[in-house]
Order: sequence, then structure tokens, then C-alpha cells
Amino acid sequence: MIRDHLPVLLVVVPLLAAILTPLVAAAAPRAVRGLTAGTAVATALLALAGAARVLEAGTQRYHVGGWAPPWGIELVLDPLGAFVAVVVTGVTACGLVYAAGFDDPRLADRQGATAALLLLVLAGLTGMVVAGDLFNLFVFLEVASLASYAVIAVAGGPALLAAFRYVVLGSLGASLYLLGVAYLYFLTGTLNVADLAERVPGADAPRLVATAAGLMAIGLGIKMGVFPLHGWLPDVYTHAPAPVAALLAPVAGKVAAYALARVLFSVLGAGIVVDRSFLALALAWLGAASILAGGVLALRQTDLRRLLAYSSVSQMGYIVLGLGLADATSLAGAYLHVLNHALMKACLFFVAGAAALRLGGARLADLRTMHRRMPLTTLCLVVAALSMIGVPPAGGFFSKWYLLLGALGQERWALAAVILAGGLLAVAYMFRVLEHACLEPRADEDHHPPAPRGGRWAEAGPAMLAPMLLLSAGIVAAGLGNAWIVSAVLLPGVAVGGR
Amino acid sequence: MTGAAAWLAGVGPYWIAILLLALGLYAMIAHGNLMKKLIGLNILQTAVILFFLSASAKWRATLPIVPAAGGAAPPSAYANPLPHALMLTAIVVMVATLGVALALLVRLYRRYGSFEEDVILGRME
Repeated sequence: MIRDHLPVLLVVVPLLAAILTPLVAAAAPRAVRGLTAGTAVATALLALAGAARVLEAGTQRYHVGGWAPPWGIELVLDPLGAFVAVVVTGVTACGLVYAAGFDDPRLADRQGATAALLLLVLAGLTGMVVAGDLFNLFVFLEVASLASYAVIAVAGGPALLAAFRYVVLGSLGASLYLLGVAYLYFLTGTLNVADLAERVPGADAPRLVATAAGLMAIGLGIKMGVFPLHGWLPDVYTHAPAPVAALLAPVAGKVAAYALARVLFSVLGAGIVVDRSFLALALAWLGAASILAGGVLALRQTDLRRLLAYSSVSQMGYIVLGLGLADATSLAGAYLHVLNHALMKACLFFVAGAAALRLGGARLADLRTMHRRMPLTTLCLVVAALSMIGVPPAGGFFSKWYLLLGALGQERWALAAVILAGGLLAVAYMFRVLEHACLEPRADEDHHPPAPRGGRWAEAGPAMLAPMLLLSAGIVAAGLGNAWIVSAVLLPGVAVGGR
Repeated sequence: MTGAAAWLAGVGPYWIAILLLALGLYAMIAHGNLMKKLIGLNILQTAVILFFLSASAKWRATLPIVPAAGGAAPPSAYANPLPHALMLTAIVVMVATLGVALALLVRLYRRYGSFEEDVILGRME
């Protein structure tokens, strides 16, 4: 019974909870944390059930209200969608459990509103994953974006300006995406992804299709925070409340990347992207530029959260590069990186939030007593950092490995070199973090005042530690299980409809 | 059809949309005043909505409703309702965006006493 409705439940459950949350907050403030964390965990379980069903019985199509397309709204859960849904809901569930344990005094009086907005973000993101037509994708994109603009600004102060810039740039991106949708609609008379996939190759208008694809790629690229469209990103993730940044940074860009992959490969058909078309070349080199620029900018940061934000620019570059390479191996690598980067970036932002809460700040200099006072958190930091650098068996190694195989298979040496260089940059910027967090400063270094001795145990509470440890375990598990994920889920999914 | 009408029925909407888009984008980039950036964004969003609606504009067409008594007009006499329905949704999204952005501006103004980006950045130090 319930399993026939899984695609719509993925959206409806967090949406209803988001509406209920402010009411619950007014009646019983203590129940809010349990409600949000419980809803997120329930949504993650629904996504897992959906994934199991898709693997067993194939792609699920759901007609909302029983109206078949083209009149009704169709929701689709296919193997890749189910994979992204599991990643997004799983990481968000960890994030909301973490947020429930996060005692930020700035958020105390706005707990109900914050929780409701975060659940709306979740509903928007799952909606983007299951949307079966391009217009509903736009609507869910805006649901997620509007809720995130508001929740970023909750902290006040510098976050207000960061959120405003994000509103302006994000809405620009959404408008460009909508314009691209309009082009495709005028050309084919349909918005349904499956219908478009049939009609676009037959419509003899390569320039119109290419313009539409370009507009949608730029629009979604802004939401992904790919260089040079990343201008809004560092300030947002530096100034947003720590649990909010920890929740948005790992997943928001990934879903936009999934939407782009869907537009490029299921709507337009692989024919438009492969064969080193202009669009494929542009994507590949945009991704390469993003890898290098994000890495170099991350090197210069002294605030952990800002460093992580620039590292996100770099890591999103790998996903875009994989889309640009556009063969099955590279696409599998890109999707695998969606999983790995979501896990490690969530873990690192959790660490940064815990440090800000317990050590008084998230600047690199604040981390100096971390290994003595927060050993478990430091362990999570090390695992996630190794994944970022690409040390096996951490997951990050394998996604970059598939991307490298893809680039070498096409004999594109420069792109392969960029993939390796991005790893070296990650070594440089993550080691700066590890150096501050794990090594005792030498006594003779006069520019470092000696660290306070015998600092007290400052480990965060169990509700914050458990998600961190779970994600660290997930990073290793994703690395050890990468062969199964790629061969059972990603490659078959990529092969169907050329994506 | 005369020249202008043919242009409007052909590539005209594309050019008008691009002109409005460029206008909005210019306002977003050129102005340091956050309120003017927001107005630029609004022009840009409106351009996309106008463009979408231009596709469903139809001379002397009627509502796609079949009377219960029968006697439906031929299909070619109806206007396509889908773009209108879509843009109604897009306008709601636009209004919500405007609302969030204005709320942020109000809070920024209360905190920093200005809409000028430079002034706000200066007072943030």
C-alpha cells in the first residue's frame, strides 16, 4: 500500500511536518527538535524503501491525484533519482539530528521557524529529485531556495547581506533556467521529461536546443556554486548559523547538479552532450576551472568554514567535469562524487560547527587544542579530510578514480592532470586544517603563543557526535562498497537513456 | 499580417525578452544600491514571464471550456491554457522571492542604516 505512494510521500512528509512545526513550537517548544529530527529520519527511511523498490521493480512513476500526464503532475523515481534521494535525505537526517543537539543561543528563540524552514528545504530538494517535468523541477527548486534564503538570514548581521546576495543571484539562476524551459516548451509543446526525451532529438533546431541547454546550465550552475558563478557561496556558508550551513552545504548544490544531469542527459539526450560538442567542452573546462580556482582560493583561507566553502567550489567542479566528459565511467564517477562529497562535506561542516560551539570559534587558530579536548571530533575530521584528499579506502578516492579513468579513456590528458592537481590542492588545504587541529605547536615558534595546557574535555553532546561518527563510518563504507554502488546502481542507471 | 504583427508572432518575443533581460541584468550589476538590484531582478523575472505568455497569446481565441450543453468550438479556436497556469505559479514564486528579499532589506536597513552595499560593508567591519 504505502510503497505505491513512495515518490509523493518523499515530498509530502517533510512538507506537512514543516507546516506543523510552527504550531508545535507554539504549543510545546520542547517537542520541536524531536519532531524535525524524527521527520528527517522518516524521510530518509522512505527514500531507502523507495530505492529498494526501484532496484527490485524498476522505475516508479506516480501520478499525483490519479491524473495522468500531460494533464496531471508526474513524479518519477528512477535508479539515479533514488540514489540521489537516499544521499540527500540521509545526510539531511544526520544534519537535523545534529541541529537538534546544537545549542546555539542565537537560534533559541527562533527554533520553530528555523526547523520549519529546514524541513521546507528538505521537501524542496526531494521534490526536485522526483519531479517528472521541468516546470515542477523549477517550483521545487524555488521552494528549496526560498526556504534556504530565509533560514540563512536567521543569524542576522553579516548573514543578512550574504542571504540577500544569494537571493539576487539564486533568483537570477532560477529565471535563466525558466527561460531555458520556455525555449524547450515552445519547441516541443511538452514539459514532461520522458516526452521531451522523445521529441527534442526529432525537432530540427540545434541552435534553439543548445541555447536552452546553455541557459539551464548557467541557471543551475549558479545554484551549484560552480566557478565563476560561486560569488554568493563563501559568505553564505561562513555566516549562516553553523547547523544551517552544515545542512545546506552538503546537499543543496548536489541536487542542482542532479537536475542539470537530468536536463542534459535525459531531456536533451546524450547526442547533444557527447562527441566533444561545445556544451560538453564548456562543461568539462568549467569543471576543471572550478577544481583549480576553488582549491587555490581555499588555500588562502583562515576560517575553517570559509575554507570548506571554497573546497565545495572545487569539489563541485569534479561533478561538472564528470558531466562534461559524458561517458558512462565519468558519469558514474560524478554520481559517486555526489555521494562522497555530501558525506565528507557534511562531516567537515559538523566538525566546524562543533568547534565553533565548543572551542569558541571556527578559525584555524581556534582548532589548536582540538585533538586533546575533542578527540572523537578530531577523528571525524581526519577521516573526512582523507576522503577529501582522496586516500583509499575513504570514498573520495574512488569517485576521483572513476573520473580519472574516464578522462584517460578519452585520452584527455589535460583534464586528467587537472583531476590530479585538484587532489594535490586538497592535500595542501586540508593539511593546513589538520596541522592546526592535530599537531602541538612547537614551543620555539614565537608567532604561536603556547596552547593553553590541560584544556578541559570539550567534546560535543551525543546528538552532535553520533551523526558525525555515522558520517565518518559512511565515508569508509562508501569507499569499501564503491564497486557495488557503481555496478549495481550507477552504471545501469547511467546506461538507461544515456545517463 | 502586416510586418509588425508578423514580427510579433515570430521572433519578436525573443528580442523583447532579451532586451528586458539585459535591462534587468544591467541594473543588477551596475547599481550598488541593493533596492535597485532587486528592481533589476524583478524586471528580469518579468521578462521571462512575458516571454512565456507570448507563446500562448492567440488572436480571437476563447477559453478552453466545453459547454455542458454541447456545441464546442473547433480546437483551433481555443487558447492554450497551460502557459497561463504555469506563469500564475511563476508569478507566485516571484512574489515570494520579492517578499523574502524585501524582508531581508528591511532587516539590513534596521541594522546598518543603508541600502548601499559599500556603506553596509563598511559598517560591518
